[in-house]
Amino acid sequence: MPEITRDEVAHLATLARIDLDDAELDHLAPQLSVILESVASIAGAAGDDVPATSHPLPLTNVFRDDVVVPGLTAEQALSGAPAQEQQRFAVPRILGDEQ
Amino acid sequence: MSATLVGYDDVLAAYDPAIGLEVHVELNTATKMFCGCPAVFGGEPNTQVCPTCLGLPGAMPAVNGKAVESAIRIGLALNCDIAEWCRFARKNYFYPDMPKNFQTSQYDEPIAFDGWMDVDLDGETFRVEIERAHMEEDTGKSLHMGGATGRIHGADYSLVDYNRAGIPLIEIVTRPIMGAGARAPEIARAYVSQLRDLIVALGVSEARMDQGNLRADVNLSLAPRGTGTLGTRTETKNVNSFRSVERAVRYEMQRHAAVLDGGGSILQETRHWHEDTGVTTSGREKSDAEDYRYFPEPDLVPVAPSREWVDELRGTLPENPVARRARLQADWGYTDLEMRDVVASGALVVIEETIAAGASAQAARKWWLAELGRRANDAGVELTEVGVTPAQVAAVQALVDARTINDKLARQVFDGLIAGEGTPEEIVATRGLAVVSDDGALGAAVDAAIAANPDVAAKIRDGKHAAAGALIGAVMKEMRGQADAARVRELVLEKLA
Repeated sequence: MPEITRDEVAHLATLARIDLDDAELDHLAPQLSVILESVASIAGAAGDDVPATSHPLPLTNVFRDDVVVPGLTAEQALSGAPAQEQQRFAVPRILGDEQ
Repeated sequence: MSATLVGYDDVLAAYDPAIGLEVHVELNTATKMFCGCPAVFGGEPNTQVCPTCLGLPGAMPAVNGKAVESAIRIGLALNCDIAEWCRFARKNYFYPDMPKNFQTSQYDEPIAFDGWMDVDLDGETFRVEIERAHMEEDTGKSLHMGGATGRIHGADYSLVDYNRAGIPLIEIVTRPIMGAGARAPEIARAYVSQLRDLIVALGVSEARMDQGNLRADVNLSLAPRGTGTLGTRTETKNVNSFRSVERAVRYEMQRHAAVLDGGGSILQETRHWHEDTGVTTSGREKSDAEDYRYFPEPDLVPVAPSREWVDELRGTLPENPVARRARLQADWGYTDLEMRDVVASGALVVIEETIAAGASAQAARKWWLAELGRRANDAGVELTEVGVTPAQVAAVQALVDARTINDKLARQVFDGLIAGEGTPEEIVATRGLAVVSDDGALGAAVDAAIAANPDVAAKIRDGKHAAAGALIGAVMKEMRGQADAARVRELVLEKLA
Protein backbone atom coordinates (compact mmCIF):
# COMPACT_ATOMS: atom_id res chain seq x y z
CA MET A 1 0.00 0.00 0.00
CA PRO A 2 1.59 3.29 -1.04
CA GLU A 3 1.99 5.78 1.70
CA ILE A 4 3.44 9.22 1.70
CA THR A 5 5.00 10.51 4.87
CA ARG A 6 4.75 14.01 6.21
CA ASP A 7 8.50 14.43 5.59
CA GLU A 8 8.13 13.42 1.95
CA VAL A 9 5.35 15.92 1.46
CA ALA A 10 7.54 18.61 3.00
CA HIS A 11 10.39 17.64 0.65
CA LEU A 12 8.12 17.72 -2.40
CA ALA A 13 6.76 21.09 -1.35
CA THR A 14 10.32 22.42 -1.17
CA LEU A 15 11.15 21.03 -4.62
CA ALA A 16 7.97 22.57 -6.05
CA ARG A 17 8.67 25.88 -4.29
CA ILE A 18 5.40 25.70 -2.36
CA ASP A 19 5.66 27.21 1.08
CA LEU A 20 3.67 24.98 3.45
CA ASP A 21 3.46 25.61 7.20
CA ASP A 22 3.14 22.85 9.80
CA ALA A 23 -0.63 23.03 9.92
CA GLU A 24 -0.87 22.72 6.14
CA LEU A 25 1.49 19.75 6.13
CA ASP A 26 -0.59 18.02 8.81
CA HIS A 27 -3.68 18.65 6.74
CA LEU A 28 -2.33 17.74 3.29
CA ALA A 29 -0.13 14.70 3.96
CA PRO A 30 -3.01 12.34 4.84
CA GLN A 31 -5.03 13.65 1.89
CA LEU A 32 -2.18 12.89 -0.54
CA SER A 33 -1.91 9.41 0.92
CA VAL A 34 -5.56 8.77 0.14
CA ILE A 35 -5.10 10.06 -3.43
CA LEU A 36 -2.07 7.80 -3.97
CA GLU A 37 -3.97 4.82 -2.65
CA SER A 38 -6.77 5.48 -5.11
CA VAL A 39 -4.39 5.82 -8.04
CA ALA A 40 -2.57 2.67 -6.93
CA SER A 41 -5.67 0.59 -7.69
CA ILE A 42 -4.66 0.94 -11.36
CA ALA A 43 -1.69 -1.28 -10.59
CA GLY A 44 -4.08 -4.13 -9.94
CA ALA A 45 -5.53 -3.87 -13.45
CA ALA A 46 -2.34 -4.96 -15.22
CA GLY A 47 -0.25 -8.05 -14.58
CA ASP A 48 3.53 -8.11 -14.28
CA ASP A 49 3.77 -8.91 -17.97
CA VAL A 50 2.32 -5.53 -19.00
CA PRO A 51 5.00 -2.84 -19.20
CA ALA A 52 4.30 0.66 -17.98
CA THR A 53 2.97 2.86 -20.76
CA SER A 54 4.72 6.16 -21.39
CA HIS A 55 3.22 6.85 -24.79
CA PRO A 56 -0.28 5.84 -25.88
CA LEU A 57 0.55 5.78 -29.61
CA PRO A 58 2.63 2.95 -31.13
CA LEU A 59 4.95 5.39 -32.91
CA THR A 60 8.75 5.75 -32.98
CA ASN A 61 11.24 7.91 -34.87
CA VAL A 62 9.12 10.97 -35.52
CA PHE A 63 11.81 13.36 -36.73
CA ARG A 64 11.87 16.88 -38.07
CA ASP A 65 14.18 17.99 -40.91
CA ASP A 66 17.04 20.23 -39.78
CA VAL A 67 15.57 23.31 -41.48
CA VAL A 68 15.19 26.73 -39.87
CA VAL A 69 11.63 27.99 -39.47
CA PRO A 70 10.83 31.56 -38.41
CA GLY A 71 10.28 32.01 -34.67
CA LEU A 72 9.42 35.03 -32.58
CA THR A 73 10.97 38.48 -32.57
CA ALA A 74 12.65 39.53 -29.34
CA GLU A 75 9.77 41.97 -28.79
CA GLN A 76 7.20 39.19 -29.15
CA ALA A 77 9.24 36.84 -26.97
CA LEU A 78 9.50 39.39 -24.18
CA SER A 79 5.93 40.66 -24.47
CA GLY A 80 4.68 38.46 -21.64
CA ALA A 81 7.68 38.94 -19.36
CA PRO A 82 6.90 40.61 -16.03
CA ALA A 83 10.29 42.33 -16.18
CA GLN A 84 12.94 42.79 -18.85
CA GLU A 85 16.22 44.59 -19.29
CA GLN A 86 18.79 44.66 -22.12
CA GLN A 87 16.42 42.60 -24.30
CA ARG A 88 16.59 39.82 -21.73
CA PHE A 89 14.17 38.31 -19.24
CA ALA A 90 14.81 39.74 -15.78
CA VAL A 91 14.37 37.12 -13.05
CA PRO A 92 14.82 37.17 -9.27
CA ARG A 93 18.19 36.10 -8.02
CA ILE A 94 18.72 32.40 -8.39
CA LEU A 95 20.72 31.16 -5.42
CA GLY A 96 20.90 32.13 -1.81
CA ASP A 97 24.04 33.74 -0.47
CA GLU A 98 27.12 31.56 -0.32
CA GLN A 99 27.28 29.70 2.95
CA MET B 1 38.31 31.70 0.92
CA SER B 2 41.26 29.61 -0.19
CA ALA B 3 41.45 25.96 0.76
CA THR B 4 44.39 24.19 2.34
CA LEU B 5 46.26 22.06 -0.15
CA VAL B 6 48.53 19.06 0.28
CA GLY B 7 51.74 18.77 -1.78
CA TYR B 8 51.15 16.72 -4.92
CA ASP B 9 53.65 13.97 -4.07
CA ASP B 10 52.15 13.64 -0.61
CA VAL B 11 48.69 13.18 -2.14
CA LEU B 12 49.99 10.27 -4.19
CA ALA B 13 51.81 8.68 -1.27
CA ALA B 14 48.55 8.29 0.61
CA TYR B 15 45.76 8.16 -1.97
CA ASP B 16 44.70 6.79 -5.34
CA PRO B 17 42.74 9.27 -7.47
CA ALA B 18 39.73 8.32 -9.57
CA ILE B 19 38.57 10.73 -12.24
CA GLY B 20 35.37 10.86 -14.24
CA LEU B 21 34.62 13.24 -17.06
CA GLU B 22 31.34 14.52 -18.41
CA VAL B 23 31.80 16.34 -21.67
CA HIS B 24 28.97 18.29 -23.28
CA VAL B 25 29.23 18.72 -27.02
CA GLU B 26 27.08 21.35 -28.70
CA LEU B 27 26.12 20.02 -32.14
CA ASN B 28 26.51 22.15 -35.26
CA THR B 29 23.05 21.43 -36.63
CA ALA B 30 21.27 24.30 -38.38
CA THR B 31 18.41 24.21 -35.87
CA LYS B 32 17.75 23.44 -32.21
CA MET B 33 17.03 19.99 -30.78
CA PHE B 34 13.26 20.28 -30.54
CA CYS B 35 12.28 23.30 -32.65
CA GLY B 36 13.25 25.03 -35.89
CA CYS B 37 15.01 28.02 -34.32
CA PRO B 38 18.53 28.65 -35.62
CA ALA B 39 21.27 27.09 -33.50
CA VAL B 40 23.99 29.61 -34.38
CA PHE B 41 26.27 31.36 -31.92
CA GLY B 42 26.24 35.08 -31.20
CA GLY B 43 22.81 36.44 -32.20
CA GLU B 44 21.21 39.43 -30.48
CA PRO B 45 19.53 38.32 -27.21
CA ASN B 46 16.24 36.45 -27.56
CA THR B 47 16.11 36.63 -31.34
CA GLN B 48 16.44 32.85 -31.89
CA VAL B 49 13.45 31.74 -29.89
CA CYS B 50 9.94 30.38 -30.42
CA PRO B 51 7.08 29.12 -28.24
CA THR B 52 8.71 25.67 -27.95
CA CYS B 53 12.13 26.72 -26.65
CA LEU B 54 10.51 29.39 -24.48
CA GLY B 55 8.30 26.73 -22.91
CA LEU B 56 5.08 28.58 -23.71
CA PRO B 57 1.86 26.70 -22.94
CA GLY B 58 0.69 24.38 -25.67
CA ALA B 59 3.94 24.38 -27.64
CA MET B 60 5.01 20.93 -28.81
CA PRO B 61 8.58 19.75 -29.38
CA ALA B 62 9.71 17.82 -32.48
CA VAL B 63 13.03 15.96 -32.61
CA ASN B 64 15.74 17.13 -35.00
CA GLY B 65 16.61 14.01 -37.05
CA LYS B 66 20.06 15.34 -37.93
CA ALA B 67 20.90 15.66 -34.22
CA VAL B 68 19.92 12.01 -33.65
CA GLU B 69 22.18 11.06 -36.55
CA SER B 70 25.08 13.02 -35.01
CA ALA B 71 24.45 11.39 -31.63
CA ILE B 72 24.60 7.93 -33.18
CA ARG B 73 27.81 8.76 -35.08
CA ILE B 74 29.44 10.03 -31.87
CA GLY B 75 28.32 6.86 -30.08
CA LEU B 76 29.75 4.64 -32.81
CA ALA B 77 33.03 6.55 -32.90
CA LEU B 78 33.29 5.92 -29.15
CA ASN B 79 32.76 2.18 -29.73
CA CYS B 80 29.38 2.26 -27.99
CA ASP B 81 26.35 0.07 -28.47
CA ILE B 82 23.47 2.02 -29.97
CA ALA B 83 20.13 1.60 -28.22
CA GLU B 84 17.50 -0.25 -30.22
CA TRP B 85 14.83 1.75 -28.43
CA CYS B 86 15.16 4.71 -26.09
CA ARG B 87 13.19 7.63 -24.78
CA PHE B 88 13.66 11.23 -23.84
CA ALA B 89 13.00 12.21 -20.24
CA ARG B 90 12.19 15.37 -18.37
CA LYS B 91 14.79 16.51 -15.86
CA ASN B 92 12.79 18.72 -13.54
CA TYR B 93 14.30 21.68 -11.79
CA PHE B 94 13.39 25.27 -11.07
CA TYR B 95 16.08 27.39 -12.56
CA PRO B 96 15.38 30.18 -15.01
CA ASP B 97 17.97 29.03 -17.55
CA MET B 98 15.26 26.63 -18.81
CA PRO B 99 11.91 28.39 -19.05
CA LYS B 100 10.01 25.07 -19.20
CA ASN B 101 11.16 24.25 -15.65
CA PHE B 102 12.63 21.07 -17.02
CA GLN B 103 15.37 20.15 -19.43
CA THR B 104 14.56 17.52 -22.04
CA SER B 105 17.27 14.91 -21.68
CA GLN B 106 17.64 11.15 -21.51
CA TYR B 107 17.70 9.27 -18.23
CA ASP B 108 18.18 5.53 -17.96
CA GLU B 109 17.89 4.91 -21.71
CA PRO B 110 20.77 6.76 -23.39
CA ILE B 111 21.07 6.45 -27.16
CA ALA B 112 24.67 5.14 -26.84
CA PHE B 113 26.32 3.16 -24.04
CA ASP B 114 29.19 0.84 -23.05
CA GLY B 115 31.96 2.22 -25.25
CA TRP B 116 35.60 3.15 -24.91
CA MET B 117 38.24 5.48 -26.23
CA ASP B 118 41.99 4.84 -26.27
CA VAL B 119 43.91 7.87 -25.09
CA ASP B 120 47.56 8.32 -26.05
CA LEU B 121 49.85 9.79 -23.44
CA ASP B 122 53.52 9.98 -24.37
CA GLY B 123 53.28 6.78 -26.33
CA GLU B 124 51.36 4.90 -23.65
CA THR B 125 47.73 4.04 -24.21
CA PHE B 126 45.05 4.36 -21.55
CA ARG B 127 41.66 2.92 -22.31
CA VAL B 128 38.94 5.23 -21.02
CA GLU B 129 35.62 3.44 -20.70
CA ILE B 130 32.57 5.35 -21.84
CA GLU B 131 29.48 4.71 -19.76
CA ARG B 132 27.02 6.53 -22.00
CA ALA B 133 26.39 9.30 -24.48
CA HIS B 134 22.95 10.82 -24.40
CA MET B 135 20.96 13.54 -26.15
CA GLU B 136 19.75 16.65 -24.42
CA GLU B 137 19.36 20.38 -24.96
CA ASP B 138 21.45 23.34 -23.90
CA THR B 139 20.18 25.95 -21.46
CA GLY B 140 19.83 29.72 -21.73
CA LYS B 141 22.56 32.14 -20.76
CA SER B 142 22.27 34.21 -17.59
CA LEU B 143 23.89 37.51 -16.72
CA HIS B 144 24.05 38.06 -12.98
CA MET B 145 23.40 41.67 -12.08
CA GLY B 146 24.31 43.65 -9.02
CA GLY B 147 26.34 42.31 -6.13
CA ALA B 148 30.04 42.91 -5.79
CA THR B 149 31.42 40.15 -7.98
CA GLY B 150 29.13 39.86 -11.00
CA ARG B 151 28.92 36.18 -10.16
CA ILE B 152 25.90 34.16 -9.24
CA HIS B 153 26.45 34.43 -5.52
CA GLY B 154 25.55 37.84 -4.21
CA ALA B 155 23.69 38.83 -7.39
CA ASP B 156 20.51 40.88 -6.94
CA TYR B 157 18.83 39.57 -10.08
CA SER B 158 19.63 37.85 -13.35
CA LEU B 159 18.98 38.56 -17.03
CA VAL B 160 18.35 35.59 -19.29
CA ASP B 161 18.85 35.14 -23.03
CA TYR B 162 17.23 31.99 -24.46
CA ASN B 163 19.00 31.88 -27.84
CA ARG B 164 21.08 28.96 -26.59
CA ALA B 165 18.18 27.19 -24.88
CA GLY B 166 17.38 24.09 -26.91
CA ILE B 167 20.58 23.80 -28.93
CA PRO B 168 21.35 20.07 -29.28
CA LEU B 169 23.85 18.74 -26.79
CA ILE B 170 25.42 15.32 -26.50
CA GLU B 171 26.66 14.51 -23.02
CA ILE B 172 29.45 11.94 -22.96
CA VAL B 173 30.09 10.32 -19.59
CA THR B 174 33.09 8.16 -18.71
CA ARG B 175 33.20 5.41 -16.13
CA PRO B 176 35.53 6.19 -13.21
CA ILE B 177 39.10 6.18 -14.50
CA MET B 178 41.20 4.43 -11.87
CA GLY B 179 44.83 3.46 -11.71
CA ALA B 180 46.10 6.66 -13.32
CA GLY B 181 47.99 7.71 -10.19
CA ALA B 182 50.24 10.71 -10.70
CA ARG B 183 49.17 10.97 -14.32
CA ALA B 184 45.47 11.47 -13.53
CA PRO B 185 45.50 15.21 -14.40
CA GLU B 186 47.34 14.59 -17.69
CA ILE B 187 45.05 11.73 -18.64
CA ALA B 188 42.00 13.89 -17.99
CA ARG B 189 43.43 16.56 -20.25
CA ALA B 190 44.49 14.10 -22.95
CA TYR B 191 41.05 12.49 -22.94
CA VAL B 192 39.24 15.78 -23.45
CA SER B 193 41.76 16.92 -26.07
CA GLN B 194 41.56 13.67 -28.04
CA LEU B 195 37.78 13.55 -27.69
CA ARG B 196 37.72 17.01 -29.24
CA ASP B 197 39.87 15.79 -32.15
CA LEU B 198 37.40 12.96 -32.66
CA ILE B 199 34.41 15.33 -32.61
CA VAL B 200 36.15 17.60 -35.12
CA ALA B 201 36.93 14.64 -37.36
CA LEU B 202 33.26 13.61 -37.21
CA GLY B 203 32.27 17.13 -38.25
CA VAL B 204 29.37 17.22 -35.78
CA SER B 205 30.39 20.29 -33.77
CA GLU B 206 32.59 23.35 -34.00
CA ALA B 207 34.00 21.94 -30.72
CA ARG B 208 35.51 25.23 -29.61
CA MET B 209 36.07 25.28 -25.88
CA ASP B 210 36.45 29.07 -25.82
CA GLN B 211 32.95 29.44 -27.27
CA GLY B 212 31.46 26.79 -25.02
CA ASN B 213 30.76 24.27 -27.81
CA LEU B 214 32.68 21.73 -25.73
CA ARG B 215 32.41 21.88 -21.96
CA ALA B 216 33.87 19.55 -19.39
CA ASP B 217 32.72 18.68 -15.90
CA VAL B 218 35.47 17.03 -13.89
CA ASN B 219 34.64 14.45 -11.22
CA LEU B 220 37.33 13.55 -8.77
CA SER B 221 37.60 11.35 -5.72
CA LEU B 222 40.42 9.95 -3.64
CA ALA B 223 40.59 6.55 -1.97
CA PRO B 224 43.20 5.38 0.53
CA ARG B 225 46.10 4.03 -1.49
CA GLY B 226 45.88 0.42 -2.56
CA THR B 227 42.31 -0.16 -1.41
CA GLY B 228 40.80 -0.14 -4.91
CA THR B 229 37.70 1.60 -3.58
CA LEU B 230 36.03 4.82 -4.65
CA GLY B 231 35.89 7.80 -2.32
CA THR B 232 33.29 10.55 -2.25
CA ARG B 233 33.49 12.66 -5.39
CA THR B 234 33.14 16.31 -6.21
CA GLU B 235 31.99 17.57 -9.60
CA THR B 236 33.77 20.66 -10.86
CA LYS B 237 31.85 22.62 -13.51
CA ASN B 238 32.88 25.29 -16.02
CA VAL B 239 36.22 23.76 -16.91
CA ASN B 240 36.61 25.24 -20.35
CA SER B 241 40.09 24.59 -21.64
CA PHE B 242 42.29 21.50 -21.87
CA ARG B 243 44.80 23.12 -19.58
CA SER B 244 42.13 23.88 -17.00
CA VAL B 245 40.97 20.25 -17.03
CA GLU B 246 44.47 19.24 -15.95
CA ARG B 247 44.74 22.03 -13.37
CA ALA B 248 41.29 21.36 -11.91
CA VAL B 249 42.01 17.65 -11.38
CA ARG B 250 45.30 18.47 -9.73
CA TYR B 251 43.78 21.15 -7.52
CA GLU B 252 40.93 18.93 -6.37
CA MET B 253 43.35 16.07 -5.61
CA GLN B 254 45.35 18.40 -3.38
CA ARG B 255 42.26 19.88 -1.75
CA HIS B 256 40.60 16.51 -1.11
CA ALA B 257 43.79 15.18 0.47
CA ALA B 258 43.96 18.15 2.84
CA VAL B 259 40.37 17.59 3.95
CA LEU B 260 40.89 13.84 4.40
CA ASP B 261 44.26 14.23 6.14
CA GLY B 262 42.60 16.60 8.58
CA GLY B 263 40.13 13.87 9.55
CA GLY B 264 37.31 15.51 7.59
CA SER B 265 35.09 14.01 4.93
CA ILE B 266 34.45 15.21 1.40
CA LEU B 267 31.04 16.69 0.77
CA GLN B 268 29.52 15.36 -2.46
CA GLU B 269 28.89 18.65 -4.19
CA THR B 270 29.16 20.73 -7.31
CA ARG B 271 32.16 23.04 -7.40
CA HIS B 272 32.97 25.96 -9.65
CA TRP B 273 36.30 26.34 -11.40
CA HIS B 274 37.88 29.79 -11.46
CA GLU B 275 40.16 30.17 -14.44
CA ASP B 276 41.85 33.33 -13.13
CA THR B 277 42.85 32.04 -9.71
CA GLY B 278 43.08 28.32 -10.50
CA VAL B 279 40.90 27.25 -7.58
CA THR B 280 37.48 25.65 -7.12
CA THR B 281 34.76 26.90 -4.80
CA SER B 282 31.64 25.27 -3.47
CA GLY B 283 28.67 25.58 -5.83
CA ARG B 284 25.02 24.92 -5.26
CA GLU B 285 24.56 24.37 -1.60
CA LYS B 286 21.08 22.90 -1.79
CA SER B 287 21.03 19.23 -0.94
CA ASP B 288 17.84 18.70 -2.93
CA ALA B 289 19.35 20.14 -6.12
CA GLU B 290 20.02 16.61 -7.37
CA ASP B 291 16.42 15.49 -6.98
CA TYR B 292 15.40 15.88 -10.61
CA ARG B 293 12.36 13.58 -10.60
CA TYR B 294 13.02 12.28 -14.11
CA PHE B 295 10.11 10.82 -16.00
CA PRO B 296 9.60 9.86 -19.67
CA GLU B 297 8.84 12.85 -21.90
CA PRO B 298 5.23 12.31 -22.97
CA ASP B 299 5.42 14.80 -25.86
CA LEU B 300 8.15 12.91 -27.74
CA VAL B 301 7.80 9.37 -29.03
CA PRO B 302 10.66 6.90 -28.53
CA VAL B 303 13.70 6.79 -30.80
CA ALA B 304 14.32 3.35 -32.28
CA PRO B 305 17.19 3.53 -34.78
CA SER B 306 17.01 0.65 -37.26
CA ARG B 307 20.11 -1.52 -37.49
CA GLU B 308 20.28 -0.65 -41.19
CA TRP B 309 20.52 3.05 -40.33
CA VAL B 310 23.15 2.42 -37.66
CA ASP B 311 25.23 0.36 -40.11
CA GLU B 312 24.91 3.06 -42.74
CA LEU B 313 26.15 5.66 -40.24
CA ARG B 314 28.99 3.36 -39.21
CA GLY B 315 30.15 3.57 -42.81
CA THR B 316 30.48 7.37 -42.51
CA LEU B 317 32.89 7.31 -39.57
CA PRO B 318 36.29 8.93 -39.98
CA GLU B 319 39.51 7.01 -39.53
CA ASN B 320 40.14 5.63 -36.06
CA PRO B 321 42.19 8.26 -34.18
CA VAL B 322 44.99 5.88 -33.16
CA ALA B 323 45.44 4.68 -36.73
CA ARG B 324 45.18 8.25 -37.93
CA ARG B 325 47.96 9.43 -35.63
CA ALA B 326 50.18 6.58 -36.83
CA ARG B 327 49.49 7.45 -40.47
CA LEU B 328 50.16 11.16 -39.95
CA GLN B 329 53.42 10.45 -38.13
CA ALA B 330 54.59 8.33 -41.06
CA ASP B 331 53.49 10.95 -43.62
CA TRP B 332 55.15 13.77 -41.76
CA GLY B 333 58.33 11.90 -40.88
CA TYR B 334 58.21 12.93 -37.22
CA THR B 335 60.17 10.97 -34.63
CA ASP B 336 58.24 9.34 -31.77
CA LEU B 337 59.37 12.13 -29.48
CA GLU B 338 58.27 14.84 -31.90
CA MET B 339 54.90 13.17 -32.38
CA ARG B 340 54.40 12.89 -28.63
CA ASP B 341 54.99 16.60 -28.22
CA VAL B 342 52.57 17.36 -31.02
CA VAL B 343 49.81 15.21 -29.52
CA ALA B 344 50.46 16.44 -25.97
CA SER B 345 50.26 20.04 -27.16
CA GLY B 346 46.95 19.43 -28.89
CA ALA B 347 48.60 20.57 -32.12
CA LEU B 348 47.70 17.63 -34.37
CA VAL B 349 44.81 19.28 -36.16
CA VAL B 350 46.42 22.71 -36.59
CA ILE B 351 49.60 21.12 -37.93
CA GLU B 352 47.60 19.00 -40.33
CA GLU B 353 45.80 22.11 -41.56
CA THR B 354 49.05 24.07 -41.85
CA ILE B 355 50.60 21.33 -43.96
CA ALA B 356 47.47 21.19 -46.09
CA ALA B 357 47.91 24.94 -46.62
CA GLY B 358 51.35 24.35 -48.11
CA ALA B 359 53.92 24.36 -45.29
CA SER B 360 56.42 21.55 -44.79
CA ALA B 361 55.83 19.17 -41.87
CA GLN B 362 58.95 20.36 -40.04
CA ALA B 363 58.11 24.04 -40.50
CA ALA B 364 54.53 23.51 -39.31
CA ARG B 365 55.78 21.70 -36.21
CA LYS B 366 58.45 24.30 -35.49
CA TRP B 367 56.03 27.25 -35.55
CA TRP B 368 53.17 25.61 -33.65
CA LEU B 369 55.21 23.95 -30.95
CA ALA B 370 58.01 26.42 -30.38
CA GLU B 371 56.89 29.91 -31.30
CA LEU B 372 53.08 29.73 -31.03
CA GLY B 373 53.18 27.10 -28.27
CA ARG B 374 55.22 29.50 -26.14
CA ARG B 375 52.80 32.34 -26.82
CA ALA B 376 49.77 30.16 -26.01
CA ASN B 377 51.42 29.04 -22.81
CA ASP B 378 52.27 32.60 -21.78
CA ALA B 379 48.70 33.71 -22.47
CA GLY B 380 47.22 30.62 -20.81
CA VAL B 381 45.18 29.72 -23.92
CA GLU B 382 44.95 26.83 -26.36
CA LEU B 383 46.88 26.84 -29.64
CA THR B 384 43.63 27.34 -31.52
CA GLU B 385 42.98 30.51 -29.53
CA VAL B 386 46.40 32.09 -29.95
CA GLY B 387 45.19 34.39 -32.71
CA VAL B 388 46.98 32.85 -35.70
CA THR B 389 45.35 30.42 -38.13
CA PRO B 390 46.99 27.43 -39.84
CA ALA B 391 46.63 29.20 -43.21
CA GLN B 392 48.50 32.22 -41.82
CA VAL B 393 51.29 30.03 -40.46
CA ALA B 394 51.65 28.48 -43.92
CA ALA B 395 51.71 31.96 -45.48
CA VAL B 396 54.44 33.11 -43.07
CA GLN B 397 56.49 30.03 -43.87
CA ALA B 398 56.04 30.69 -47.60
CA LEU B 399 57.59 34.14 -47.02
CA VAL B 400 60.49 32.48 -45.21
CA ASP B 401 60.92 29.94 -48.02
CA ALA B 402 60.94 32.80 -50.56
CA ARG B 403 63.63 34.48 -48.43
CA THR B 404 61.43 37.56 -48.09
CA ILE B 405 61.81 37.26 -44.31
CA ASN B 406 63.85 35.10 -41.99
CA ASP B 407 62.73 33.18 -38.89
CA LYS B 408 63.52 36.08 -36.60
CA LEU B 409 61.43 38.51 -38.64
CA ALA B 410 58.69 35.87 -38.89
CA ARG B 411 58.21 36.26 -35.14
CA GLN B 412 57.42 39.91 -35.68
CA VAL B 413 54.93 38.92 -38.38
CA PHE B 414 53.21 36.71 -35.79
CA ASP B 415 53.10 39.72 -33.44
CA GLY B 416 51.36 41.63 -36.22
CA LEU B 417 48.92 38.80 -36.95
CA ILE B 418 47.93 38.55 -33.31
CA ALA B 419 47.49 42.34 -33.21
CA GLY B 420 45.19 42.09 -36.23
CA GLU B 421 47.36 44.12 -38.58
CA GLY B 422 46.34 42.26 -41.72
CA THR B 423 47.79 39.48 -43.84
CA PRO B 424 51.42 38.35 -43.42
CA GLU B 425 52.32 40.15 -46.69
CA GLU B 426 50.70 43.39 -45.48
CA ILE B 427 52.48 43.15 -42.13
CA VAL B 428 55.84 42.66 -43.84
CA ALA B 429 55.14 45.75 -45.94
CA THR B 430 53.78 48.04 -43.20
CA ARG B 431 56.35 47.02 -40.62
CA GLY B 432 59.18 47.11 -43.13
CA LEU B 433 60.26 43.59 -42.26
CA ALA B 434 61.58 42.30 -45.58
CA VAL B 435 65.14 41.05 -45.32
CA VAL B 436 67.94 42.69 -47.21
CA SER B 437 69.24 40.24 -49.80
CA ASP B 438 70.57 42.95 -52.08
CA ASP B 439 74.22 42.01 -52.64
CA GLY B 440 75.31 45.65 -52.67
CA ALA B 441 74.12 46.43 -49.15
CA LEU B 442 75.02 42.99 -47.84
CA GLY B 443 78.43 43.03 -49.52
CA ALA B 444 79.39 46.26 -47.81
CA ALA B 445 78.38 44.87 -44.44
CA VAL B 446 80.29 41.62 -45.11
CA ASP B 447 83.40 43.58 -46.11
CA ALA B 448 83.14 45.61 -42.88
CA ALA B 449 82.78 42.46 -40.81
CA ILE B 450 85.83 40.86 -42.47
CA ALA B 451 87.87 43.99 -41.86
CA ALA B 452 86.80 44.11 -38.21
CA ASN B 453 87.59 40.41 -37.59
CA PRO B 454 90.85 39.59 -39.38
CA ASP B 455 91.55 36.51 -37.20
CA VAL B 456 88.21 34.94 -38.07
CA ALA B 457 88.64 35.82 -41.73
CA ALA B 458 92.02 34.07 -41.75
CA LYS B 459 90.53 30.89 -40.30
CA ILE B 460 87.86 30.84 -42.98
CA ARG B 461 90.47 31.36 -45.68
CA ASP B 462 92.21 28.29 -44.22
CA GLY B 463 89.04 26.29 -44.89
CA LYS B 464 87.51 26.43 -41.42
CA HIS B 465 84.01 27.24 -42.67
CA ALA B 466 82.50 26.69 -39.21
CA ALA B 467 84.05 29.97 -38.18
CA ALA B 468 81.78 31.80 -40.65
CA GLY B 469 79.10 31.98 -37.95
CA ALA B 470 80.93 34.76 -36.16
CA LEU B 471 81.02 36.91 -39.29
CA ILE B 472 77.40 36.15 -40.16
CA GLY B 473 76.44 37.17 -36.62
CA ALA B 474 78.30 40.45 -37.00
CA VAL B 475 76.55 41.18 -40.30
CA MET B 476 73.13 40.29 -38.86
CA LYS B 477 73.77 42.64 -35.98
CA GLU B 478 74.82 45.40 -38.33
CA MET B 479 71.67 44.84 -40.43
CA ARG B 480 69.47 44.67 -37.28
CA GLY B 481 68.44 41.12 -38.05
CA GLN B 482 66.96 42.05 -41.41
CA ALA B 483 69.49 40.23 -43.53
CA ASP B 484 69.07 37.00 -45.43
CA ALA B 485 71.42 34.83 -43.37
CA ALA B 486 71.83 32.19 -46.08
CA ARG B 487 72.89 34.83 -48.60
CA VAL B 488 75.26 36.40 -46.06
CA ARG B 489 76.92 33.02 -45.58
CA GLU B 490 77.32 32.59 -49.30
CA LEU B 491 78.90 36.06 -49.61
CA VAL B 492 81.28 35.46 -46.71
CA LEU B 493 82.49 32.19 -48.21
CA GLU B 494 82.79 33.69 -51.71
CA LYS B 495 84.83 36.63 -50.47
CA LEU B 496 87.16 34.43 -48.41
CA ALA B 497 87.48 31.57 -50.87
